[in-house]
Amino acid sequence: MPSSPSADATAIEVRDLHKSYKKVKAVDGISFAVPRGVTCALLGGNGAGKTTTLSMLLGLLLPTSGHIRILGIDMVTHRYAALPRMNFTSPYVDLPHRLTVGQNLDVYARLYGLRYRKRRLQQVAEIFELDDLWKRKYGSLSAGQKTRVSLAKSLLNEPEVLLMDEPTASLDPASAERVRDWLSEYQRNTGATVLLASHNMLEVERLCSDVMMMKQGHIVDRGAPSELLQRYGRTTLEQVFIDIAKDEAL
Amino acid sequence: MFASFQRVAALVVRYLYLMRSSWPRLLELAYWPTVQMILWGLINQFLAGHSDWVAQTGGLLIGAVLLWDVLFRAQLGVSLPFFEEMYSRNLGNLFVTPLRPFELALALLLISLLRTAIGVGAAAGLAILLYRYSIFDMGLPLIAFFALLMIMGWSIGLMVVALVMRWGLGAEGLAWAIIFAFAPLSGIYYPISVLPRWLQGVALSMPSAHVFEGMRALVREHYFSMHHFWSAVALNLVYLAVGFALFLWAHRVARKKGLLLQMGE
Repeated sequence: MPSSPSADATAIEVRDLHKSYKKVKAVDGISFAVPRGVTCALLGGNGAGKTTTLSMLLGLLLPTSGHIRILGIDMVTHRYAALPRMNFTSPYVDLPHRLTVGQNLDVYARLYGLRYRKRRLQQVAEIFELDDLWKRKYGSLSAGQKTRVSLAKSLLNEPEVLLMDEPTASLDPASAERVRDWLSEYQRNTGATVLLASHNMLEVERLCSDVMMMKQGHIVDRGAPSELLQRYGRTTLEQVFIDIAKDEAL
Repeated sequence: MFASFQRVAALVVRYLYLMRSSWPRLLELAYWPTVQMILWGLINQFLAGHSDWVAQTGGLLIGAVLLWDVLFRAQLGVSLPFFEEMYSRNLGNLFVTPLRPFELALALLLISLLRTAIGVGAAAGLAILLYRYSIFDMGLPLIAFFALLMIMGWSIGLMVVALVMRWGLGAEGLAWAIIFAFAPLSGIYYPISVLPRWLQGVALSMPSAHVFEGMRALVREHYFSMHHFWSAVALNLVYLAVGFALFLWAHRVARKKGLLLQMGE
């Protein structure tokens, strides 16, 4: 298995990544590395290239050019070696509506080939308080309940790398806070690497120690939330975000 | 290898859960084959009193309609479960698991086999009750006919899925319509010799035409045509290879164009 020299310390390594659709450059030559055990954010407005980047990291989208390594594994040529150790959640994908919560999670547990499937299902049911929802059809759940189930799905295989696209989109503040609590706890307990794409600044400030600002397919700035605040002379990441969005020179 | 088997089994379980979740859907699997069988059974009874040819080949039309339904159901059995994944926007989740595209295709084929067996099996059982016609009287050759039509149906199903994966649910109508393009040339109810000479060549490039010719030879002349059998086997290998190749190509194009996350209603 081809593995980079920095595989031990780096969870995600991206070099000169491009994605173009005809004349549109969705991602334009980005490079970054995310160390293991870090929660990192990809922050940017609509069309900045966040979802495109995540999709390429997952292998759902083929890059036009560039290199991606996750856990030291080349995602273009050997992604099936990395996928069992990763997972993903997004409000833009869904689970089958006509299956119950339990059936959906059971199918995914089987797809990941979990050894102690029933025990793991019990664990996630407990963590995400799914017992009452277990026999309900997924399609009948509220947005908050669906997010809990999706999150449970994304943690079934106890991923070392978790990619999340707007994990709390469409949730009320209380539900969103609970999701953030669960995420923090998972990260703390397992030392997993989390990369989340978001334009929810509060979430990013609360969860992430490292922030990459994306605009028009480029990473235009990067740093810890406190560093970014200092650099832009602002008090919130939202203000930084607006400064970057307004700056035509970037 | 075992992990691959586990993933295929996981998807089969997923489709079984889906089938179990709605009894009207389960009933629907048998509904159309049964309606077709009753209709053609009555036509067969009427014609038997007016035509020596039909009278001598009792049940030929019922056998033909049941076998035609094997082909139709096999194709739908592949394409409809795939559409379910698109309706529920689940492809993005599926393809971030270690699931390989060929494993998804294999699971679709297996579930198609089950759906076809339920649908056509129920109709075949009713044919015995209503018309005292048992398609099972064909014996072992029936297994060959069934398998050959299943494989052709799978191949066309994979081609339909490939088109839908490439061009989206706008191409969904093909799943219902495409198989009927094969019907006139398959010689379901009449021999291929009825067709104009130039069309006979086209017809014989389809496995189904050899199956129905073979069925008529069995029912009317009581012999199993090895020529038609091996022709259908060889053609099916080509059809299945093309079906799989198109499916894998469409999956790659979907990855290139970012369609896997966008697919849905």
